[in-house]
Amino acid sequence: MSPLTTTAASAAARPAPESATAPGAPGLGPLALWLLAAVVVLALVTAASLAVGARGLAPETVWQALTRFDPANGDHAVVHARIPRTVLGLLAGGALGLAGAAMQGVARNPLADPGIIGINAGAALAVVTGIYVFGLSSLTGYIWFAFIGAAAAAVLVYLVASLGRDGATPVKLALAGAALSAGLFSLMNVILVSSRDTLDRFRFWQVGGIAGRDWSVILPALPFLLVGAGLVLATGRILNNLALGDDIARGLGQRVGLTRGITALGIVLLCGSATALAGPIGFVGLIIPHAVRFLAGPDYRWILPFSLILAPALLLAADVIGRVILLPGEVPAGIMTALVGAPVFVWLVRRGKGAGL
Amino acid sequence: MATLQTSGLKLKYDQRTVIEGLSAEIPEGKVTMIVGANACGKSTLLRGLARLLKPAAGTVTLDGRDIHRRPAREVARTLGLLPQHPTAPDGITVRDLVGRGRYPHQGFFRSRPAGGPAQDERAVQQAMAATETLELAGRNVDELSGGQRQRVWIAMALAQETDVLLLDEPTTYLDLTHQVEVLDLITDLNRRRGTTVAIVLHDLNLAARYADHIIAMKSGQIVAEGTARTVVTEAMVRDVFGLESRVLPDPVSGAPLIIPLGRHHSDSPQTTTLELVQ
Amino acid sequence: MRTADTKTPVDLSLPVAKTPAERPKLIAQHRRTAVLALAVVALFAASVLLGSYTVTIPDFFRILGAHLTDGEKIPGASFIVMEHKLPRAVVGTLIGAAFGLSGALFQTMLRNPLASPDVIGISYGASAAAVTAIVVFGATGAAVSGAAFAGALGVATLIYAISRSGSLGSGGQRGDAAGSRLILAGVGIAAALHAVVSFLLTRTDIRTAADVLIWLNGSLNSANWDRAGVLGIALLVLVPAVALLSGPLRILELGDDTAAGLGVRVGAARLAIVITAVGLAAAATAAAGPVAFVAFLAGPIARRFIRKASLPAAALTGVLIVLSADYVAANVAPLLLDGTVLPVGVITGALGAPFLLWLLVTSNRKDA
Repeated sequence: MSPLTTTAASAAARPAPESATAPGAPGLGPLALWLLAAVVVLALVTAASLAVGARGLAPETVWQALTRFDPANGDHAVVHARIPRTVLGLLAGGALGLAGAAMQGVARNPLADPGIIGINAGAALAVVTGIYVFGLSSLTGYIWFAFIGAAAAAVLVYLVASLGRDGATPVKLALAGAALSAGLFSLMNVILVSSRDTLDRFRFWQVGGIAGRDWSVILPALPFLLVGAGLVLATGRILNNLALGDDIARGLGQRVGLTRGITALGIVLLCGSATALAGPIGFVGLIIPHAVRFLAGPDYRWILPFSLILAPALLLAADVIGRVILLPGEVPAGIMTALVGAPVFVWLVRRGKGAGL
Repeated sequence: MATLQTSGLKLKYDQRTVIEGLSAEIPEGKVTMIVGANACGKSTLLRGLARLLKPAAGTVTLDGRDIHRRPAREVARTLGLLPQHPTAPDGITVRDLVGRGRYPHQGFFRSRPAGGPAQDERAVQQAMAATETLELAGRNVDELSGGQRQRVWIAMALAQETDVLLLDEPTTYLDLTHQVEVLDLITDLNRRRGTTVAIVLHDLNLAARYADHIIAMKSGQIVAEGTARTVVTEAMVRDVFGLESRVLPDPVSGAPLIIPLGRHHSDSPQTTTLELVQ
Repeated sequence: MRTADTKTPVDLSLPVAKTPAERPKLIAQHRRTAVLALAVVALFAASVLLGSYTVTIPDFFRILGAHLTDGEKIPGASFIVMEHKLPRAVVGTLIGAAFGLSGALFQTMLRNPLASPDVIGISYGASAAAVTAIVVFGATGAAVSGAAFAGALGVATLIYAISRSGSLGSGGQRGDAAGSRLILAGVGIAAALHAVVSFLLTRTDIRTAADVLIWLNGSLNSANWDRAGVLGIALLVLVPAVALLSGPLRILELGDDTAAGLGVRVGAARLAIVITAVGLAAAATAAAGPVAFVAFLAGPIARRFIRKASLPAAALTGVLIVLSADYVAANVAPLLLDGTVLPVGVITGALGAPFLLWLLVTSNRKDA
């Protein structure tokens, strides 16, 4: 018997591996159950977002307000007022989660996040310019500027960081983002120092939160959100391939430049919309994909939907906590996510994730 | 006059013990090669000898004195190291880099050795002459080719003027010509100055040829020690590397030459360890 | 490449002459450093003598002499020069040197030209502490400086502790991995502290918020002799420390393993360098707030100019950046902006941003 046949025979005799996932389609099973659990968590947090606040309400009241609205009922009015806020939290959170996960996949960098890589600074500068030059003062007005600023900054950071031999390594992205942020904030400060009015309007927007916004803010952003989400959700397999490295991805038949560009477009649409809706909110896009990875493994076809569901849960939870933690005032969601996010980020860095150069 | 020894050495990274209870001596005035398969602990041993790793147990002694109890600079005057991935800062010239090898002999408030700066210059000059890098003196290190750069690093180690020199895989990433060039250079050093040399080398054939003394390691233990002729046998290659081979005297130097047997291109094909696992 | 020349025996008894190609290079480097020093002197003179209020040189010496001998002062001019322009120029010089050195130390030690105390969160530590002091405790003046100093040190300690622990790689990569961890941890903490600062800005009235913003940008408006004195003393201690540490630093540049092989106590040396660099940044931030970009840019600009990494050149460049930016902020900006004197940090930031992008682009491309 030649060695070749011996090996072939013994290969066939080898027992099949444990987890039977057919190549190509994510298998149903435990992960689907977890996804269901995530949806339940989101539903609960959403309910909390409608019920909790300076004026706390019972679940039945909330249910009645939704199904049998009585305009004369003060409690019902409060619930209705909280609806746009909740919806905005869901949308912005979902956008941030999806964008963060996709960003980590495209950049092959587990520490990518809109806040850290400078997108927020771009949006901020654009908004300040809008206020100063065009006298904007409403959130509806800010949206477009925030959007364009975020997009421009994202492109710039990625371009700059990817020059050089290694492409966009974690450290280069973080530094390019931080450096760009510092630069843009400085430019912004020229305006803010000269115009007290601008400062007065801007300082409330830049904190990042979902309060005080209504449908006039949400509706214009909706098409961008939907297109962006659609694009990104379709990139699961693309991101899986990219995770193996550009060369291997090409070897598997993927058009790396094109697919990366499309994914980036989706990310920018999502990030721009999220920042336009809720101001600069950091860390959500960073932490959620990591938490999801612990649960769902490295397959982006699962990471993306999980991020889409759990990120809004985190954002709304942060918002809810912010409503009660500093009564009678509120702590904006953007601050709560930062306060929670920083220790988690530090823990991630300590574990060595992302230090890979 | 420098004997480098270890006794009962235990070395670990975080919680992972790599070497335990190892005793060895690097014979003075000879070229010692440390060989073994990947992850057998040879680099770890070298780093332990070079004072880069603090032993969890056991001692490393130089001339009978524990090197971890002596001031770092003092040890560095006798024991030099060329590590695996040396980094050259941007824009540094060759002369500048070689000059930094004099650091252990310099010092602000320490009494300088007799000769002072002139001695430094002489050592640098000699080091560059020995490695044939004098003509590169003014060039930037990052402009040089791999082989040239390695020679410059060796010059820096030479400028340190130590009695013992440890090198961790000095020939990786070099083509064959440069590998031989570097090893010839190190042999010159040993023959002319009597420097004790210990080298971790992954190329077994080159190691067998250039070694006066071989230490073969496996799983953190020394499994064979001695001259190339006594140590490098088919049995050792099988044991340490899991490789079937023929060992013959090399027609050029007479040192043992290992000819690996794989599954193809031989008249008595052997299965490798990889297949035996099935 | 071997030529016949290298095989001829070298006469080792002669003292080594640098090869003909090398000597002019060295002289050029020294000359350029001298140019920097001269520029600093010129700029210092310009800050004191020129601008929106000019003083002639003889008048200046008369004022100085009168002050030292308690003689007759020139009304108006004496006050402006001694209480205003001169201390401002002195503090500007001191913080420029301090920031410049601090940035260069970080960049060399972390082996990354893009690392600097501003970027890695130390400035934000100072800012967060100072803003908290102003908004929550209503502090002013020296208390704010003290808070800033403490904040900078606190964050630096935190970041250092984070980078030291955690999973270690093996071998020489350990130092580099710790360096990356330090950068990443710093960036993350900076982002979080920025959120805190933003929040505090919304919790106060617009007047205080405007004042806080000025401080946040780094400003020499409140420069006085007290601050100059404290800063001067700090530098008196720290600058010699830098000089002492420059030896081990040059060896650390070669990689942790090589440095250890050459007899440097790597852990101790790194710690000492970090403490010195943080001390410099903290002292300067306490004196004038976090002036953007000086620490970041001084080292790379100096290196481009001198063609070699040099700590003294970095210090001099830092001074140049601060003094020229302040000149623009105090004298040029009011002409364009209706009399508003901008904080110096706004100028360094606004001019620094495009420069920084250029540095990033060219330093990245160099790797290719």
